[in-house]
Amino acid sequence: MNLDEAIRLRDPTRLPSRRDEDWRWTDLRGLLRTLPEPSQPLPTDAIGPGPFDGLAGEVLIVANGSGPEEIRIGEGETRTLVLRHISRGDGAHTSRLRIDVGPSARLTLLESHEGGGAGLSLLGVDLQLGADSACERLVVADMDPDAVAVVELDARLAAGAGLSQTLLTTGARRQRFETRVRHPGQGAQVRLDGVYVLRERRHADLTSSVRHEGPGGRTDQLARGMVDDQARAVFQGRIIVQEGADGTDARMAHNALILSDRAEVDARPELEIYADDVACAHGATVGALDDEVLFYMRQRGLPEGEARSLLVASFLGEVIDRVGSPEAAERIRSWLQARIGAGD
Amino acid sequence: MLSLRNLHARVGEREILKGLSLEVPAGEVHAVMGPNGAGKSTLSYVLTGRPGYEVTEGAAELDGVDLLGLEANERAAQGLFLSFQYPLEIPGVPALTFIRTALNAQRRARGEAEMSAPDFLKRARACAADLRMDFDMLKRPLNVGFSGGEKKRMEVLQMALLSPRFMILDETDSGLDIDALRIVSEGVNALRAPDRSMLVITHYQRLLDYIRPDRVHVLADGRIVASGGPEMALELEREGYDKYARAA
Repeated sequence: MNLDEAIRLRDPTRLPSRRDEDWRWTDLRGLLRTLPEPSQPLPTDAIGPGPFDGLAGEVLIVANGSGPEEIRIGEGETRTLVLRHISRGDGAHTSRLRIDVGPSARLTLLESHEGGGAGLSLLGVDLQLGADSACERLVVADMDPDAVAVVELDARLAAGAGLSQTLLTTGARRQRFETRVRHPGQGAQVRLDGVYVLRERRHADLTSSVRHEGPGGRTDQLARGMVDDQARAVFQGRIIVQEGADGTDARMAHNALILSDRAEVDARPELEIYADDVACAHGATVGALDDEVLFYMRQRGLPEGEARSLLVASFLGEVIDRVGSPEAAERIRSWLQARIGAGD
Repeated sequence: MLSLRNLHARVGEREILKGLSLEVPAGEVHAVMGPNGAGKSTLSYVLTGRPGYEVTEGAAELDGVDLLGLEANERAAQGLFLSFQYPLEIPGVPALTFIRTALNAQRRARGEAEMSAPDFLKRARACAADLRMDFDMLKRPLNVGFSGGEKKRMEVLQMALLSPRFMILDETDSGLDIDALRIVSEGVNALRAPDRSMLVITHYQRLLDYIRPDRVHVLADGRIVASGGPEMALELEREGYDKYARAA
């Protein structure tokens, strides 16, 4: 199983399928009998506004897989980058961007995934974080309903580095965010959060694995989402605490709201611990909106739709409260609000 | 103001209200007392339109407007307020945000202009002070982690800010110590007005020492079986509900 090879060689037998343990809820081989043609080049001059416009001087565009391949943030530099992945048409493409954040540098990466057409894409970022550097990555994905997409992040942290990620997605025909982190411990900190708002027949999969390789690391993960209609959410969170990664502190929570009997949430939190003196916790809940609470709110005058939206927004908004950059937090809060209200 | 005629209602297959009739004129406070299981809470839910409470016969009007044809939130916009026996917790929604959203939803439904945030805050501060509530409590998620007494005070605060025409108080005294009961009752009494009425639902007479009713009704087995002046509450306290339960 290798999605990159499957796309390059146009070989559907290499697509991940439900026989692969980590892909059992996001089966691509069962979905695609043949692989699409390679995507046509996409001119970037006619691309409209993006969700993070105005928040950074620098805007990088990856259009149907073509764009920059490497970015360096020098030692001690502070930068905000907007990275837009734009996919159109029904072709297949891949892209891989390497970002090197130098020691003590600060990067705010505001990333969007737009369009997608009816094609297949594999979009990846390799992130190297130098000693005592910090990166906050905010991702919003607004893809077409027929898109099939996998978005990957491979992050490797040096001692004292910090990575904070918040993913927000409305899903696609089949969509997966896979985040893999190598965590050195030694004062490094990782926050991996996510929010999904899924309607109709959309699918989103938030999969992550964090490998604690050294002592004294922290990982904190909060994923929340709502599924309505016949949508399906997948959460797979794995935290591995290797031998010697003593004193690790790792917390993971996934809370889902199911708003329809035909919607589905599949969750698998996993902690693998081979070290001593480790504080690890995970919690998962899946529930519906409370009818009694809804009646109480309506008795005070809120129409049902408004009451539901308010409950969902406050539930999901707690993830946004954890975002470090205030301007970007406001931007994604209104982005989210617009998508929560859209169903009423 | 409130007019109930031959109201029959059921929850699932069980008929709970069996021909209840009651008139509450404008400006009056009426108490409904009765034994457990008589249908007191059902009455409050039927009037406010809680899903699952089905009216099979009869009529309920507020100033001539048929309540039964309206959604719960439309009834609220008509000026109907229920102070819950067990107020609900709303995680993540600060009390101030919730009340202002509710108030403006009601005003929109009535075709009135929304209240601005500064005007609302000014009123909220004044109401909180009257109820001896710490204003910071209103910034916390509504009722989350509040004590029973704090929740009841928050109900009265919402009542004051939403200024309904007709209020139903369902067992408002339950869970209150004597000091809280006095403060809550003062808050309720301050809302008495010639164009406003109340239905005070209670099992015990104690609350009626603080909120003096104009009339007292006994609810037993789904109907009003006796009505009288305020002295009737004392008689019930002394003699219990037995004779009415038998009569029903």
